[in-house]
Amino acid sequence: MGTKILVKEALIPGTTSKLVLDAPHIARSARPGHFVMLRVNELGERIPLTIADTDPEAGTITIVYLVLGKTTAELEKLSAGDEILDVCGPVGHHTHIEKRGTVICVGGGTGIAAMHHIAKGHVQVGNRVLGIIGARSQDLLLFEKELKTLVHSLYITTDDGSYGRKGLVTDVLSELLHQEKDVFEVVGVGPVPMMAAVAECTRPLGIKTTVSLNPIMVDGIGMCGACRVTVDGKTRFACVDGPEFDGHKVDFAELKRRLAAYREQEARSMAALQNVNA
Amino acid sequence: MTKENTLTRIPMPCQEPGIRSKNFEEVALGYSEDMALAEAGRCLQCKKPLCMQGCPVEVPIRDFIACVVARDYAKAYEKITSSNSFPAICGRVCPQENQCEGRCILGKKGSPIAIGRLERFVADRAGAGAKVDKVLGKGKRVACIGSGPASLSCAGVCARNGFDVDMYEAMHEAGGVLVYGIPSFRLPKDVVAREIEGLSRLGVRFFMNYVGGRTVSVEDLRKEYDAVFIGVGAGLPVFLGVPGENLVGVFSANEYLTRVNLGRAYRFPEYDTPVYPGRHVTVFGAGNVAMDAARTALRMGAESVNIVYRRTRAEMPARKEEIEHAEEEGVAFTMLSAPLCFTGDAEQKLCSVKLQKMELGEPDASGRRRPVPIEGACVDMPTDLAIIALGTRSNPVLLQATPGLSLNDRGYISVDENTGETSIANVFAGGDIVTGAATVILAMGAGRRAGQEIVRRFA
Repeated sequence: MGTKILVKEALIPGTTSKLVLDAPHIARSARPGHFVMLRVNELGERIPLTIADTDPEAGTITIVYLVLGKTTAELEKLSAGDEILDVCGPVGHHTHIEKRGTVICVGGGTGIAAMHHIAKGHVQVGNRVLGIIGARSQDLLLFEKELKTLVHSLYITTDDGSYGRKGLVTDVLSELLHQEKDVFEVVGVGPVPMMAAVAECTRPLGIKTTVSLNPIMVDGIGMCGACRVTVDGKTRFACVDGPEFDGHKVDFAELKRRLAAYREQEARSMAALQNVNA
Repeated sequence: MTKENTLTRIPMPCQEPGIRSKNFEEVALGYSEDMALAEAGRCLQCKKPLCMQGCPVEVPIRDFIACVVARDYAKAYEKITSSNSFPAICGRVCPQENQCEGRCILGKKGSPIAIGRLERFVADRAGAGAKVDKVLGKGKRVACIGSGPASLSCAGVCARNGFDVDMYEAMHEAGGVLVYGIPSFRLPKDVVAREIEGLSRLGVRFFMNYVGGRTVSVEDLRKEYDAVFIGVGAGLPVFLGVPGENLVGVFSANEYLTRVNLGRAYRFPEYDTPVYPGRHVTVFGAGNVAMDAARTALRMGAESVNIVYRRTRAEMPARKEEIEHAEEEGVAFTMLSAPLCFTGDAEQKLCSVKLQKMELGEPDASGRRRPVPIEGACVDMPTDLAIIALGTRSNPVLLQATPGLSLNDRGYISVDENTGETSIANVFAGGDIVTGAATVILAMGAGRRAGQEIVRRFA
């Protein structure tokens, strides 16, 4: 009894796709910040993916993935109408959202999808949301359309200047933080270096900064500790204590090292897959 | 039978250590009929059998052994299952030496009856063909959260009494610790699967990938079901809290074992889940989980595996058989040593652990002599894979999401000892989420008690 893919949309052909899944039992209780654990098939590995959107009435959840390893490569082979064997969730703590004023949501790469769900939550309670999204180039930018209609203002950066402003999301963030005097929170979701840079940007100003971490997980419900991160000098489990933490207190260097723990095995897995496909 | 024979138990046939340390097949092969008959023949059939008092679920041990002697194995199975639904599992994983066998009168002069081995013999022989009685059409509904030993037992009792039982499991396979924790060389997965199929035949429905407190709340389930049983297990692994513990190469035993057992990492890359490779492995802790992790690491190709424990061999909490099996397979034991810190290489991958040498001092609250550091006595032990097997603490996921659920001062669920009922009416709990990490049989006993109370209330 798998979970059916209702819609598949290639966001960046061959590398990033969006799936709308028929999962009413998850959609019912999923809130911004939550994630799911999924396993594509009987031989598959359980991996965490953040929920990018939900439609509780339609009973659907949306996930976005970057094809990075074997599991996402297998996921990319599926089409609308196919089933994912296991989808478990929602798991993790949802984002703490209350009406406070202006919040800046920063997203990078695939993290833009997860940031979208959090931004949507802030908009729904009546916060003024400024969005900043960035990618290496225009063709790698996600969720621009969805965010444009959602947030108060959306700022776009590309590393190569092919679209929006040339530069990094933190360039725009620094400027906005000088213009906007009453930002109560900055949310950053994206690659580890981006989240670390966002936290450094806000640290001197003492603005609350929330980052959503993506460490390796096995069960996603607190049993294994694969996802441990150091926050404020203490070991926390991203799956049950997070995945969101105070960006000013996260040891990003450690997170980056731990994310690379299985690099050799991941390469072996991908090589085996390519041999099968060849 | 000579007197010598009566005093010595029939040895369990096992795979040769040199062979088994390279595979995941079951180590203990099980008694043949002749062996079982010879072993059962040693039983004195005591008038007041002490063995039964040593059993947490009071299996009628003397009576089932009498049935074995009479070669009526079906009846022996019936006797056992009158109080224990899963003898194929318990026969393999119970700490018999501290329970039934520890009380056996034969143990005073020789070796006690091998009750666990006989239980396993009877259960394996009955196999999947065991008949199940089901009372139909009660129309009462029970939800079990988690599908480990406690929930399986509760479900079994309720289903046999005609209740409709639904189980909600967070992982993708039913069985809880029996599947993700205990390795197949100790408890083959088909043995667990057979017991779960038995429940399915009784009409129990399994819902996979449902997280109690997230996908479904206890409150939701109470609206739909007459009773709810919480058997979600203990959960969060304990770490040492020493420097370097988050280096790449340091793992909880839960993670290491889950990757290998549930993820089938021993068949990587055919299966996608990898496990971190280690040539010189250190395992911290000395319980069954530590033995399981150490023996798994050997099977994954480690050149050396060292169990590091701060007390001595005499205090090791693991089953005696597991310690012996580990030693036969080549696991080394470094006693009276505690980790001080882990050190990484240039890439911050684990390369060694600094150990503090200990000596035994005065007895502590547990009655065991407390290990105390010997000042200045430290050694560096090279290791590229460290596995921490020091137990677990309470998993907060369901507890935080369930208002009104009373917890004890250790953070586990408080229940009425006789019924297993929690502070919420008709919501029961049992197993490690009530007691903290304990044994499979204690969890089964708790599930069974709660199941019986549910039957009493609603039948």
